[in-house]
Amino acid sequence: MAKITLQNLRHSYLPQPAAAGDYALKQIDAVWNDGGAYALLGPSGCGKTTLLNIISGLLIPSEGRVIFGHEDVTRKPTIDRHIAQVFQFPVVYDTMSVFDNLAFPLRNRNVAEDKVRSRVNAVAKMLDLEHCLQQRAAGRSADGKQKISLGRGLVREDVNVIMFDEPLTVIDPHLKWRLRSKLKELHQQLGRTMIYVTHDQTEALTFADHVVVMYDGTVVQVGTPVELFEQPAHTFVGHFIGSPGMNILPCELFGGASYFAGNRIQTACTRLPENGSNAVEIGIRPEFVQFDHDGFPVEIVKVDDLGHRQIVVVRHDGNTLKMIVAEGERIPSISPRISFLTEHTRLYKNSRVVD
Amino acid sequence: MSKKTNPKAWILVIPVVILVAFNALIPLMTVVNYSVQETFGSNVFFWEGVKWFEQVLNSSRFHESFLRQLAFTGTVLVIEIPLGIVVALCMPKKGPWVSVCLVLMALPLLIPWNVVGAMWNIFALPDIGLLGHTVNAVGINYNFTQQPTAAWVTTIVMDVWHWTSLVVLLAYAGLCSIPDDYYQAAKIDGASAWSVFWRIQLPKMKNVLTIAVLLRFMDSFMIYTEPFVLTGGGPGNTTTFLSIDLVKIALGQFDLGPAAAMSLIYFFVVLLMCWVFYTLMMRNEEQ
Repeated sequence: MAKITLQNLRHSYLPQPAAAGDYALKQIDAVWNDGGAYALLGPSGCGKTTLLNIISGLLIPSEGRVIFGHEDVTRKPTIDRHIAQVFQFPVVYDTMSVFDNLAFPLRNRNVAEDKVRSRVNAVAKMLDLEHCLQQRAAGRSADGKQKISLGRGLVREDVNVIMFDEPLTVIDPHLKWRLRSKLKELHQQLGRTMIYVTHDQTEALTFADHVVVMYDGTVVQVGTPVELFEQPAHTFVGHFIGSPGMNILPCELFGGASYFAGNRIQTACTRLPENGSNAVEIGIRPEFVQFDHDGFPVEIVKVDDLGHRQIVVVRHDGNTLKMIVAEGERIPSISPRISFLTEHTRLYKNSRVVD
Repeated sequence: MSKKTNPKAWILVIPVVILVAFNALIPLMTVVNYSVQETFGSNVFFWEGVKWFEQVLNSSRFHESFLRQLAFTGTVLVIEIPLGIVVALCMPKKGPWVSVCLVLMALPLLIPWNVVGAMWNIFALPDIGLLGHTVNAVGINYNFTQQPTAAWVTTIVMDVWHWTSLVVLLAYAGLCSIPDDYYQAAKIDGASAWSVFWRIQLPKMKNVLTIAVLLRFMDSFMIYTEPFVLTGGGPGNTTTFLSIDLVKIALGQFDLGPAAAMSLIYFFVVLLMCWVFYTLMMRNEEQ
């Protein structure tokens, strides 16, 4: 039960890292408050699992410190950190019964047998495993096995944090949803810190109060699901979260105003970078693009009708962008014009948002 | 969807049936033929019924070589399986040494059996062999051509040298197929090294070890070439295992009837034991 602080973490799998590209984790500073439900979201290969393994002590970082509460645990072995971790693929001890599997982490720590029994029964109840406690673990289905893995993570009372490394990858879609809500429920019941690693935005956004978005070895944004949606701090966040993702358009600056392909665009940005800056982009979510007689002209490329809304792909001056239009709203067929909602139009310089 | 059977498909199986008939069934039937008849020269046969079977089963010579065979196979399995597992556990999981280790392990398996016998014969000779000479120089009186114990030890050491690699390679393949997740989970669960071995590695190696035990059982139970070249079954009859005895009866004494009966008994024993092993080791799987 402790706050977890990561300071200046860098990690490379190479013995002598030289260039920035040699690092799997480039620079991580993060604080995980006690009792929070966090999701670590990012594409495959962005360093999520590396970060998780550093927290759990399976890896020792090349640089930086891991602090649990006030104690530096960077070089402490896993067993002294009091953490639980559930892996992508279910791990069960085949020769043991479901009960013995769940009891294993406790028995290894010499917990009294009556205590073991009450803990295992409590966890089995939470995960609906009561009916099969005496059966062999080897014969369970994939989701049954993953429940056993989850159970071993939940059975100890002394854990600082429970970490889930894409735990639902191997689970059938209809069970996925059930297990995910189960996890959320368990978090509310137990009040433990939980870190949930995933590359699936739906999983992250439904599970977590705070989502940590990682990209290419760095944390690009930490925020609530609403913040990530409305104020993406990085073009990657804008693009990765949302369906479809944010439109990222080239931008030119002159005369203290921002222009997209010669059209003046009002943005939420209050401190514009200098005129003529390079690598400046405008980001606008498809939800906030609208048809507007006073906007700039576009050509409609195609319309995808999803049943509950329509995704309209339009083109202007060689740039395509997507917009979401309510179901039933008429799409103008003659000389359509569009505009952006100013308070949701963001300006990015070197991929980072400019306030 | 109902399964349709097409009787014409059997025609396609005929070539294989003919092939198997020629290389297995017909020779086997010849043996059966010999085992129930008295054979004289110029193809004169007399029906004898089960006489040869009774004779073999009641002969103390067969009992002795059978027990010798069991003792040899048992010892070899008891040494090679655990040793193979230990060596496999000690081998590196990644890095440049993996291929070096694998090649070193595979070397004994690539040597022809009679060469192995000849190598060990010379190696262990008390006067000129490196091993035999060294052991004697240390002060142990060792001469495998005269002492039964020395002959046994040499035969077993030779077999361990030749075949442990097979167990190592199989066990190593089993170990390599265990995902890292298991080891990481075990660390987090606070499992000791012994629990990791007992609860993860051994159960995951079970299938390959079943195969290893079966192969080593069959091969060692039918061993012929290596002890034949090394000791020739001696001194006396002390290392005369079943197949050496069988060859002595069939080709030394030309007792074709008893030899054929013994072959069939031998064959059924191997078959039965393999079946028992297999059922025992696979029984847990179905529970």
